[in-house]
Amino acid sequence: MDHKITTPLTAETIQQLKTGDMVKITGIIYSARDAAHKKLIELIEAGKELPFELNGNVIYYLGPTPARDGQVIGSAGPTTSSRMDKYTPKLLELGLKGMIGKGRRSPKVIQAIVENRAVYLAAVGGAGALLSKCIKSSKVIAFDELGTEAVREMYVEDFPAIVAIDSEGNNIYKD
Amino acid sequence: MREIDVSKITDALCEMCMSINYELSDDMKKALKEAQQKETAPLGKQILKILDENMEIAKTEKIPICQDTGMAVVFLKVGQEVHFIGGPLEDAVNEGVRKGYTEGYLRKSVVSDPLLRVNTNDNTPAVIHYEIVPGEDVEITLAPKGFGSENMSRVYMLKPADGEEGVVTAVVDAVKLAGPNACPPVVVGVGIGGTFEKAALLSKKALARPVDRASEKEHIRKLEEEILEKINQLEIGPAGLGGSVSCLGVNIETYPTHIAGLPVAVNICCHVNRHIVRTI
Ligand code: SF4
Repeated sequence: MDHKITTPLTAETIQQLKTGDMVKITGIIYSARDAAHKKLIELIEAGKELPFELNGNVIYYLGPTPARDGQVIGSAGPTTSSRMDKYTPKLLELGLKGMIGKGRRSPKVIQAIVENRAVYLAAVGGAGALLSKCIKSSKVIAFDELGTEAVREMYVEDFPAIVAIDSEGNNIYKD
Repeated sequence: MREIDVSKITDALCEMCMSINYELSDDMKKALKEAQQKETAPLGKQILKILDENMEIAKTEKIPICQDTGMAVVFLKVGQEVHFIGGPLEDAVNEGVRKGYTEGYLRKSVVSDPLLRVNTNDNTPAVIHYEIVPGEDVEITLAPKGFGSENMSRVYMLKPADGEEGVVTAVVDAVKLAGPNACPPVVVGVGIGGTFEKAALLSKKALARPVDRASEKEHIRKLEEEILEKINQLEIGPAGLGGSVSCLGVNIETYPTHIAGLPVAVNICCHVNRHIVRTI
């Protein structure tokens, strides 16, 4: 089934999404990958405020190429999600509702997805030029020093992805 | 003897970094086109079509095909009659990579220390492999390597008794474990023989060989075909979402080895298998 969804994700939206469904996402999403996740967890552990609200929001595992003059962003496809597995359960516990990446997740992450009624979406790896066209605005909101790994707030329109793990824990990837 | 100014190496590499990140070599383009015909799963077909569109956008708008524009792996075949002038060769190589990645709006994905992890901000240093050969030419091969697939690569130290069957099992297992993480359909480079590090180097070289060029050795060519078939039977499919095309090609390179060993290195590359060659 195909869905057009908007962010932040509501419980109703998440409930409709089933593994294997295609989605087109419109709204604000946040980029964060390895180094940014490490820093987010450090902030949480120190009891400090995060650079963006987790509740209902979606993180895109992305480190783009630099934009040319006149471009919003450079090539912008997903990176391998499993490297974030160590950090993900904590973020889900704190209200994160969606993740966009590629590849398998750990059993712990899948469990946290189910417990917190969230969803894991897969974007097509290696299609960064095409996916960049769906990103209409982008600004670095934290960890600028991390370069490509900085946290960006991005407005996307009809960003295509596939439901890889739904809120019931159904997994599109065979072992 | 032939004198070559190292600035020629810098210029060549700068241009190579950019062009290979915007457009794949003909062998890879052909393999991806054929994959679209071969794929039987509707979702798989759709994903291959997306990859095709992506390549078209990348080429015409000079947006990198993938945001992971890789760590620059450079193979230099240097003719022994060549005398380099104008500075250290290694600096010239890194300068080419620095310029290419900066001027080409490519991603800076290299950290200066594997544990301290501070970005060098210019994608240097490159990983450079030198080979001294007869003649007075310099052949440069650049193969920027993405790490989604690099991370899924591995070396097996098999026993001689494991033989051909052991090699097949090892390679197919590695690709199975890589699954969706390596951005399938993948290309698999295999190095068999030599020592631990020689096998790994051979597997990287195998990836840089055109995907449509089979081994010249009869028994190795058969092995390449057999492994390709077995990998495709895994039905990992494009993007790992199931389908008949999981692998675009298996390239094997071999080297003599020790009586006690059978090293096998499996270097997995995604469908964005970038390799480009220039001769100076
Ligand atoms: S594995 Fe290849 S296609 Fe996938 S993100 Fe890395 S470089 Fe890009």
